[in-house]
Amino acid sequence: MTAPADLFHLWVYLAASPLLWLTVTIGVYLMAQQASVLSGNNPLVNPVLISIVTIVLLLIVTKTDYRVYFAGAQFVHFTLGPATVALGVPLYRNRALVRSAALPIIAALLVGAPTAMLSAVWIASAFGAPMTLKLALIPKSVTAGIAMGIARQIGGDPTLTAVFVIATGIIGAIMVTPLMNLLGIRDYAARGFAAGLAAHGIGTARAFQVDDVAGAFAGLAMALNGLMTAVAAPLILALIRP
Amino acid sequence: MLQGFFILLACQLVGESISRGLHVPIPGPVLGIMLLLLLLGVRGWQTGEDPARQDTALGFASDGLLRNLGLLFVPAGVGIVQSFHLVLSNGVAVIVALIGSSLITMVVTVFVFRLVSRAVSAGPAA
Repeated sequence: MTAPADLFHLWVYLAASPLLWLTVTIGVYLMAQQASVLSGNNPLVNPVLISIVTIVLLLIVTKTDYRVYFAGAQFVHFTLGPATVALGVPLYRNRALVRSAALPIIAALLVGAPTAMLSAVWIASAFGAPMTLKLALIPKSVTAGIAMGIARQIGGDPTLTAVFVIATGIIGAIMVTPLMNLLGIRDYAARGFAAGLAAHGIGTARAFQVDDVAGAFAGLAMALNGLMTAVAAPLILALIRP
Repeated sequence: MLQGFFILLACQLVGESISRGLHVPIPGPVLGIMLLLLLLGVRGWQTGEDPARQDTALGFASDGLLRNLGLLFVPAGVGIVQSFHLVLSNGVAVIVALIGSSLITMVVTVFVFRLVSRAVSAGPAA
């Protein structure tokens, strides 16, 4: 029989060690992924969304501080960097396809990147959102690691930006398949590119779920938009500052 | 596999160093992708083989990471517990801006892509 005091000591140990929340993060994601597969990859059953909601609830129920959670989850978070670099691999494999679509890629990037930034800021302005929020919204279509750097550069709040980035990714990943079907777009390169540009890595993860070529183009769009937004964000800032 | 992870980390490290050290406005991971592409290009040209095959260390590590890309965003997403207040007090503006902007961006991007793509493929034939 385990006495309550022993259980308390066990909890004290687990709460202080990164082991618990690292394991929980991966375990919850595996279950969420299973749910997504069981649903037949239904876009609404998004594994990232399910995982975040579940873990947030767990943190609230156990009264765990985010910093304690992140001490464990940081090992997963860190892998975002090498995973972003790893996008070079599908790009290399599909290089012939990418080269043949160079012009559409450049055009879609030049129009899409400013659209992603300005449309978010304009809509937020229309609803009277404060400047803090608008600044954090500017890089919301760019993958987390890059977006937080851009937010810092333009004077926005990086943690707020991270939340908007993840939310945008989930929204884009949920919308892209029904939206593209509705528009009657069957070109998986174009579909993937739009998903990756608007919804970065989470959109790219969704694109890989649907089609390999879509995934490669989504990864390309994600990388290019990271570059484009980093360069253009200061200009956009000058445009929206009174 | 270990070698694959090493290559990815090394590319990121060099990318971050160039980005921060030389104040290049290009994000470190993006420079990392460029460097990796350059390495793959040189290697493929040298050996005449595909250096990014699935059974190479790099192919294995990259495929593993990209298959689970969604997982990597979970820790940052859970960070919403820290900004519940600011997000909720502007809930409508934030939600409409994120959904509206995602919709507009995807529609605009996909149409420009298709438009130019069709113009290019029609070009040489005309």
